Amino acid sequence: MKILVCISNVPDTTTKVKFVDGNTKLDVNGIQWVINPWDELSLTRALELKDDASTGVKSVTVAHVGLATSEPTIRKALAIGADEAIRVNADPTDAYNVAAQLAEVVKKEQFDIIMCGIESSDFNSSAVGSMLAEFLGMPSVSAVSSLKIENGAAVITREIDGGKEIVTVPAPFVSIVQKGIAKEPRIAAMRGIMMARTKVIKLYEPVAIDALTETAKFEMPVPRAACKFVDAENPKQLIELLQAETKLI
Amino acid sequence: MSVLVYTENWDGKFKKSSFELVSYASKVAEMMGTSAVAVSIGNVDEAELKQLGNYGAQKVISVNQDNLKTLDSQAYTSAIASVAEKIGAKVIVVANNNSGKSIAPRLSVKLKAALGAGVSKLPISTSPFTVYKRAFSGGAYADVVLKTDVKIITLAQNSFDLIETANNVAIEKMDVNVDAPRTQVKEVQKQSGKLLLTDAEIVVSGGRGMKSPDNWAPIVELANLLGGATACSRPVSDEGWRPHDEHTGQTGKIIAPNLYFAVGISGATQHIAGVSSSKYIVAINNDKGAPIFEVAQYGIVGDAQKVLPQLVAAVKEIKGK
Repeated sequence: MKILVCISNVPDTTTKVKFVDGNTKLDVNGIQWVINPWDELSLTRALELKDDASTGVKSVTVAHVGLATSEPTIRKALAIGADEAIRVNADPTDAYNVAAQLAEVVKKEQFDIIMCGIESSDFNSSAVGSMLAEFLGMPSVSAVSSLKIENGAAVITREIDGGKEIVTVPAPFVSIVQKGIAKEPRIAAMRGIMMARTKVIKLYEPVAIDALTETAKFEMPVPRAACKFVDAENPKQLIELLQAETKLI
Repeated sequence: MSVLVYTENWDGKFKKSSFELVSYASKVAEMMGTSAVAVSIGNVDEAELKQLGNYGAQKVISVNQDNLKTLDSQAYTSAIASVAEKIGAKVIVVANNNSGKSIAPRLSVKLKAALGAGVSKLPISTSPFTVYKRAFSGGAYADVVLKTDVKIITLAQNSFDLIETANNVAIEKMDVNVDAPRTQVKEVQKQSGKLLLTDAEIVVSGGRGMKSPDNWAPIVELANLLGGATACSRPVSDEGWRPHDEHTGQTGKIIAPNLYFAVGISGATQHIAGVSSSKYIVAINNDKGAPIFEVAQYGIVGDAQKVLPQLVAAVKEIKGK
């Protein structure tokens, strides 16, 4: 059984973003790039499945759509334990384009389970995983918080409004992963870092796919009014203020 | 031409979020000089379907087939795409919740229609069709142009008010060709009697400053008194003090209640990313320099253990309990 984990390269979550060129482009100066947090959790779970001999998972590959500048992120995935890495040499334009590029990778290399994080922390569109499944005509399960392999079949827990469902789905399928799938992301050990340096990142040239969307500009959130402080000795005043000003109590 | 809105039901009933979605779709339809049509999948009775008319749907299409009994994103996508094609929908509106997120991107590929995901207000313009959406986990917003003839929008929860209107809605039953579902639901585990965090208008959330899970009673009491839900920060759920489904933050639940109480939460960037769309934020923390005070409109610098019981008492007094 082979697993593919799709990874995105995003600014570290503590980055305060800024924009350039009339607020049309992200200012990449000083940004620390990381594996998208949900993709990192997917990778962690994929590696756990491979570590467990009873699952029959033989290899974990990561795939990424991006320019050469994102190679450090791919190397990190290799250092954590991915066996192989693929980079589609394209500047990602929108989710549709990224999913279409990944679909071409999957068509060339066969995988049984494809894992994607539920969203990327930069565009927050929750789109690539489900789009990829539709491009491939594969079933997909979203909001996955647990993925096990029992007797060669995937048993998945997905979050629904107000609860959970246990579902099964035949391979190949796309699993769109959220929090809960793995506890903590793995930290690369020195041996992994050394081995990652020698691993080859397979390069695919992109197919011609038009983006369906275009980001016209970015805006910063509207600043909130300054905080009104209430004396800790008189908390009742807070409730009175909320009642008078917000009308919600 | 029309605006199609997919209205999800829970055991045959619509929640307020479905009505928000219809209100939004009918406003989009108005901007485009057309009408809103709702599609409902599953077993929903006529009286319930008619309610969608009260929020602006001019027609409701009810699809109730055996192969759509449980959510299979591929099957649901093919059903909604069939309806959209039959009625010539130009815009399809879907909720930005777990099921919506599993359907809308598939619809985008199936119909080669641009997707504006996590949109939080009406389109900025319809020509070019431009939507406003959250980006960088709330650190910024983006104006995104949807360049295709047919467009898909997922609407962020709690971002649009209900608009009630009197409408004598027509209900049409429709059978559509559906891709055979391949996911099988083996078991459903539902929590009963607990207000959903994503539905709640008031949320009371506790962080590490609560010191111990044994100190949670006043958080729960305040939430109950206000008719709200309880939540927590990531360290609290990681420590197992509270269940994971209460974790609000970037990798947990992203919520937008009207009123959010952050109690003993310092306000790490990741936490703020999950709650920054709240209308009002109240922070109670003993550290005056905690970043949560930068996003809160109301604050108390003090010990949560002392402050909370007094807040509970004040609410009881006001509510006459």
